[in-house]
Amino acid sequence: MDKVVNQKAWFLVLPVFAIVAFSAILPLMTVVNYSVQDTFGNNQFFWNGVGWFKELLDPSSDLGGRFFASLWRNLAFSAIILAIEVPLGIVVALAMPRHGWSVAFCLVIMALPLLIPWNVVGTIWQIFGRPDIGLMGYTLNHLGFNYNYVSNEFDAWATVVVMDVWHWTSLVALLCYAGLKSIPDAYYQAAQIDGASRWAVFKAIQLPKMHRVLLIAVLLRFMDSFMIYTEPFVVTGGGPGNSTTFISIELVKIALGQFDLGKAAALSIVYNLIIIIVCWVFYTVMTNAGAERRPAEGSV
Amino acid sequence: MARIDLVDLAHSYLVGDDLPPQAYALKPVSMTWRQGGAYALLGPSGCGKTTLLNIISGIVTPSRGKILFDGRDVTELSTRDRNIAQVFQFPVIYDTMTVRENLAFPLKNRGVPKADIAKRVAEIADLLDLTPNLNRKATRLTADAKQKISLGRGLVRNDVAAILFDEPLTVIDPHLKWELRSKLKALHRALDLTMIYVTHDQTEALTFADTVVVMHDGRVVQSGTPEELFERPAHTFVGYFIGSPGMNVVPAEVKGREALVAGHRVPLARSYDKLPAGKIEIGVRPEFVHVAASAPGLVTGRIERIDDLGRIRFASVRVGDVKFAARVPDGFSPSGDEVALRFEPSRIHVYADSEIVEGSSLEQVA
Repeated sequence: MDKVVNQKAWFLVLPVFAIVAFSAILPLMTVVNYSVQDTFGNNQFFWNGVGWFKELLDPSSDLGGRFFASLWRNLAFSAIILAIEVPLGIVVALAMPRHGWSVAFCLVIMALPLLIPWNVVGTIWQIFGRPDIGLMGYTLNHLGFNYNYVSNEFDAWATVVVMDVWHWTSLVALLCYAGLKSIPDAYYQAAQIDGASRWAVFKAIQLPKMHRVLLIAVLLRFMDSFMIYTEPFVVTGGGPGNSTTFISIELVKIALGQFDLGKAAALSIVYNLIIIIVCWVFYTVMTNAGAERRPAEGSV
Repeated sequence: MARIDLVDLAHSYLVGDDLPPQAYALKPVSMTWRQGGAYALLGPSGCGKTTLLNIISGIVTPSRGKILFDGRDVTELSTRDRNIAQVFQFPVIYDTMTVRENLAFPLKNRGVPKADIAKRVAEIADLLDLTPNLNRKATRLTADAKQKISLGRGLVRNDVAAILFDEPLTVIDPHLKWELRSKLKALHRALDLTMIYVTHDQTEALTFADTVVVMHDGRVVQSGTPEELFERPAHTFVGYFIGSPGMNVVPAEVKGREALVAGHRVPLARSYDKLPAGKIEIGVRPEFVHVAASAPGLVTGRIERIDDLGRIRFASVRVGDVKFAARVPDGFSPSGDEVALRFEPSRIHVYADSEIVEGSSLEQVA
């Protein structure tokens, strides 16, 4: 077998490789470099081995304590918004019209929150929730609820969660809607003939057909909410106290506030690993589910 | 099990009271489907056959007219309340369920006791040769097995009035098509069910059905046995849609017992004295036009092409400015292009504006 050797491909690959190296691999290596050293400024570095990592993963240390506290907060936040956004997104998708001019109208309305920059979303809700001039904050307080996201932990969490639901439920809904639209009419007609109830149609047809887009939606929303920074930073600044300080906010505090580059680098790497591992697990689950679903030909 | 009557049924997908006739996907039709019959609805895409099927199953509510099941008006009843089973073009199966659960689904939805469901599912699975697959996920089966499951979901209900098939063999491999079709025929014989089969494939229609209903442009143009459709097409469309090649339909002047085609006289078996106004054509199937050596008194033309279909040969013969497909007798080889055409007079039909005209056959000529 004579394979034609064509080295020209390198000319096409090399620029990409250079750009990726410059923009991703080199900075990442810098982070790895920082994570194993300590510095007192003046560009003087001292070898610290896995010291920062040990400290980070030890809950009794100051760094470890902060890391685990923010990690649990982050996981709780992701769990709450997924528990709200996924069912809500499905319900919204089911309620959306399937034909006519209202389809385009709904799609545009749904897409609007997705198009607003993160910090603008944060600013909107920061003002919206203020008890003195914000429409929501003012109204709630006048209805007798003592709502103040600056001083009350629960109110701060509620505001951040509602903001995220407002911002991202459309994404889940749009994905589900795409999944629903791909179901041929014959399925609904067959279900009608089979005498299926509305609930049975949802369980037997719609949910299985949305299965894959839902996995994508959950994956996207998990990653995004796990990395959330801008909106809570703008609205609550991580407070009151540390109650809405998520990992990314903690990371910026350590890196830019205290200028502890070694600790921040170690935290970055662990943070990154968590996200990669979760994505990998999701990816595996998704492809396995897909393989199971593919009909085996000639196996009657 | 039921007799189905369509009474002055018509449907338009547009809404309004004064719609022009061409707005109707299904033009007014009245007909009866007898209990236990095997029917085929045959026609090209867009002729309204699926609309008619969906009206019977209740997926579409007709703009006017009534549907009666055994004399009971079901026009306003939903699909669920009609006791109809339908098999769609693409297999519809519930992905997450096993074959057994798929078959049990219609019974479960109707609240049938568990023991009865199990018994009935076992019976139907046996009938459709699905027993070995009962516990497998339905998604893993091939297209033909999936179609059997869709059919089985219809059969498990012992109260079905009719089973409707909407081009069910479209996605089936050719070698399995034949097998599945014979299975359908066998089921029809065994179960004494009314079956209505929509297709645009004449082979499927003619082999499956004992009554074929041909539709064209929203109208039922003829309904009859395969033989009737072949021997006496009531409409020129039936003539060229059924048969391969289709019927020769050529413009002609008809006077009494004679037709004038491209300047040639063709004798007819019947007499046509009072023809309605309109475009007059004669139609004759290629099987009944024979190519012969030129001879005086016969229609002469030029051979353009001979198609060998294996056991039979058809020639394309130009006569003046009309073309005929004609049978080339075994062993006949034309010397040169010039040939004659011999028509079987009793097989020639006369059409006025595409509709057949009855001639008066005072003296029978064979």
